[in-house]
Amino acid sequence: MQELDITVFVSVFIEMLGPLLFWLLVLAIVLVTTGFVWVLIRDRGLDSKRLVRAQVVGVLGGIAAILFMQWITSSGFRDIGGPVDLMLVALIFVLGAIGTAIFAYTIQAVVLGEPEEPLEAF
Amino acid sequence: MIDNARRRAGEAIEAFTNSTDRRRFIQLAAAAGLGGAWFLGPGAGRAAAVQTSARIVIAGAGAAGLATAARLSASLDGATITIIDGRKAHYYQPGFTLVAAGLKPESYAVSTTAQFVPRGVEWIEEAVAEIDPDADHVVTESGTRVPYDYLFVATGLRLDYDAIEGMSIDRIGKDGVGSVYASPEAATATYAEMSRFADRGGVGLFFRAETEMKCAGAPLKYTFITDDVLRRRGNRGRAELHYVCPQTSLFSVPIVAEKVRMLFADRGIETRFLHTIRAIEPGRKVAIFETAEGLTEMPYDFLNVVPPMRAAEAVRNSPLPWQDGPWANDGWVEVDRASLRHVRYPNVFAVGDVAGVPKGKTAASVKWQVPVAVEHLVEELAGRPCEAAYNGYTSCPLITKIGRAMLIEFDYENNLTPSFPGVIAPLEELWISWVMKETALKPTYVAMLRGQA
Repeated sequence: MQELDITVFVSVFIEMLGPLLFWLLVLAIVLVTTGFVWVLIRDRGLDSKRLVRAQVVGVLGGIAAILFMQWITSSGFRDIGGPVDLMLVALIFVLGAIGTAIFAYTIQAVVLGEPEEPLEAF
Repeated sequence: MIDNARRRAGEAIEAFTNSTDRRRFIQLAAAAGLGGAWFLGPGAGRAAAVQTSARIVIAGAGAAGLATAARLSASLDGATITIIDGRKAHYYQPGFTLVAAGLKPESYAVSTTAQFVPRGVEWIEEAVAEIDPDADHVVTESGTRVPYDYLFVATGLRLDYDAIEGMSIDRIGKDGVGSVYASPEAATATYAEMSRFADRGGVGLFFRAETEMKCAGAPLKYTFITDDVLRRRGNRGRAELHYVCPQTSLFSVPIVAEKVRMLFADRGIETRFLHTIRAIEPGRKVAIFETAEGLTEMPYDFLNVVPPMRAAEAVRNSPLPWQDGPWANDGWVEVDRASLRHVRYPNVFAVGDVAGVPKGKTAASVKWQVPVAVEHLVEELAGRPCEAAYNGYTSCPLITKIGRAMLIEFDYENNLTPSFPGVIAPLEELWISWVMKETALKPTYVAMLRGQA
């Protein structure tokens, strides 16, 4: 086992996505995460209505992530062959769901502004 | 009691964070996100570059030649590095199977040599015509003599279609004849023939030649893919599939051979051993094999040709190949299997398909051979000893149907060397292995050409 260099991962992901998409995605992740933290601080908590809506969108985002992976790899649910495949499906779902939910919550909080009723501190 | 448990947990965490296994664990966890030992390797150029005025020639600008050029140029300062190859197009050969499965366009496997020649490396756009390791020079096809202090032979291999009587490259894509290897165009033409066969049924005949070959899993993969395409079109019952080879097993690693034997039995693929291809008669759609009992004919409606493979003429005509033993005839270069350094000419290395070492002629082998050979030269130029050794690691994502593969990794000793032991079973048909092949291998390959992986 030779050493692993973080630059190897960056290089591979840049080759996978192309430099433009890679850096746009990095930018998007940084922007959405920063925005999410900003609205948390601004609102001093999570608005439960917006959170539920974001979670619904998150579930759809998780399913979309699985279907997208199947689409780009010309495969489907019938190709799941073992427990590790189910774990991969779950991982893709969770990553897709969390990403989409955070994105959806942040967009709502930015567009709709501060909640009318003050939130309980979290 | 709770305090005891807490203390033990604390000790375990401390032991883990301090242990030498920690680094390996983190590597594995990180690599799991991508795809195994394929993805591990030293980053290029982290150590201070070694000062030298050495003239280094790389014969061949395929995967091994370009990866060597990238690593040498990052590791050396002041060296004159010259790479010699007349081919303008660069082929991502591991993608040929996917093109021949109808899943990817030809463009998926095609790029240019120019985009991977590192800055500061001179590229002579001519074929290598002659190698003279006694006089330390290479001669190009125009007669230019290029002297060297160190030589990397990375000329790849030659597909010897003409060694099969009645076969030539221009037969691919006609009369049921396919062959995945020759080019991206040949892979597309092979898919067209296979697809026609999958619509009609008949006899599908798959074989491999008697020589060493690149990616020995490829003929097996294409047999599995054809079986899957037939099933998807509802025509498997109208077809017979035969896999024929000169060897006595389906794969050089016994445990893998057994697994493939079981899968072939499951899929209804008939196997014949000790059959060596000698001729095809496209008019009659018959392949002729040599067996212990003499010549035998096998009819086909679709034929996947895996031709004999040998070193390039320039290498075969030089003193570099093995002088005796199983690799002498086909011209594979006589190198030490751990250092990739020539046994008789210590200033010569061979990497990639042309290296006369057991096991894989694959891009995964290249990825692990090149850093070792380069490190041996760099350390020699720096006046330091070098312990780097290549253990024969290679990898074969063996596709068993469209959507599943077995991530088989092994070494010189026929050991399985799984990157994720206990997580991704090497001998199971899994979607995760397919996903890796589809999404991560090509980016890793390209990063390897740039010396970044």
